Amino acid sequence: MAANSIKKKPVGAMIVMGIVSIALYATLLLKQDLINETFAKGGMYALLPIITAFVFSYFHGGFTGHFWTVLGVEAARKKKEVK
Amino acid sequence: MHDIVAGFINLDAITILYLFGVGFVGGLVSGFIGSGGAFVLTPGMMSLGVPGLMAVASNMCHKFPKALVGALKRFKYGQVDVKLGLILGVSAEAGVLYGAGIQEKIKATYGDAGSNLYVSVAFVLILATVGGFVLYDAWKTYKSGNANSEEKAGKLAKWVQSINIPGTMVHFKALNARVSILFTIPLGFATGMMAATIAVGGFVGVPSMIYVLGAPSLMASATELVIAFVMGLGGSLKYAMHGMVDIRLAMIILAGSLFGIQLGAIGTTYVKPFMIKVVMGLIMVIVLFSRGLMVPVYLSQLGLIVTLGDTSVKLLKNASFAIMIFALMLGAFIVLRAMWQGKQAEKRAYASGALEHGEV
Repeated sequence: MAANSIKKKPVGAMIVMGIVSIALYATLLLKQDLINETFAKGGMYALLPIITAFVFSYFHGGFTGHFWTVLGVEAARKKKEVK
Repeated sequence: MHDIVAGFINLDAITILYLFGVGFVGGLVSGFIGSGGAFVLTPGMMSLGVPGLMAVASNMCHKFPKALVGALKRFKYGQVDVKLGLILGVSAEAGVLYGAGIQEKIKATYGDAGSNLYVSVAFVLILATVGGFVLYDAWKTYKSGNANSEEKAGKLAKWVQSINIPGTMVHFKALNARVSILFTIPLGFATGMMAATIAVGGFVGVPSMIYVLGAPSLMASATELVIAFVMGLGGSLKYAMHGMVDIRLAMIILAGSLFGIQLGAIGTTYVKPFMIKVVMGLIMVIVLFSRGLMVPVYLSQLGLIVTLGDTSVKLLKNASFAIMIFALMLGAFIVLRAMWQGKQAEKRAYASGALEHGEV
């Protein structure tokens, strides 16, 4: 019980993931003309949006996960009793 | 590709916030019931001036990374059957290709209005049948007072599990039984066809896992995220090869939806399993009215009924979109409310436990 309540919050990891995430989004919006032009070329360039989606989901997914944990929104501590 | 490049809209702060917000709500619902949000996102993007195909492509490109994050989160809670998800996902991919082919043929023969009519009629018929049944089942569970009981496979699922076709049997964790893949293939295929037709494969995928295969609601909705990942990845690649993905739109929606999907996934650990059916059934039934309102518009465009005036068309379109937003918001509200109540109940349980043990 005590161990549960004083579990360390992943503040550091959230900040690092958040900074990377902001940097990715800033790059995407600041360089949008170049990115649109390149990504719309089709063919082998199709891999670019796919890779982008994976990279964003890793960093932003990590950030959002830690974000809710830091706010104290976590999964139920114990599975519901099934009668 | 110049025509496609010309389809890229200008992004301002309001557009970004709008996409982020709709992404968040869509993600919240997806994290909980395994799918949803796409039916609002695609028309939502089109209302901003994004060409139809680009809206579908960009939606798909946000869906697969979102589904991946959601599936990983729910895997941690022991709710995902990866094997079932992958097997259904592969056959769903085939269904997507077939469904897209049908769409193209209808569009080539009957034009945009014909294609839209086909989508709307499919929406109404499938959502009325499946959504109505899911909601009825949830209501029955609620009334029976067995909401806390472990879900049992229904008659159909028991029959499916009892059929032994040598050489095709696979054991699935979610079902705790062996089922022939000759049953899973058509279900996956139908899920893919739905995804290609009405953008939400889960409206067929999740109920079929529950009622035909016998998976518990929580496992079915979590496993649907694996199917969505497989389908979304394949679909995104296909569209990206034709340069149709607007990665800015996809990633902005993803920004909101990853906040939402984490929350929706957490929510599943607080609720009674039948709540998955409540949220899914309600959204399906409400969305069916939204699409139903558009049927006269397309019938009129095809000249099958009296031509509707511009004002009537606009009114019906706006009402249809408003109902879709309402469906999603209601789903999100129920998820958040159920989560809040679950959290409060947990706090009370721990507080009383701590008191009994003299820790407070």
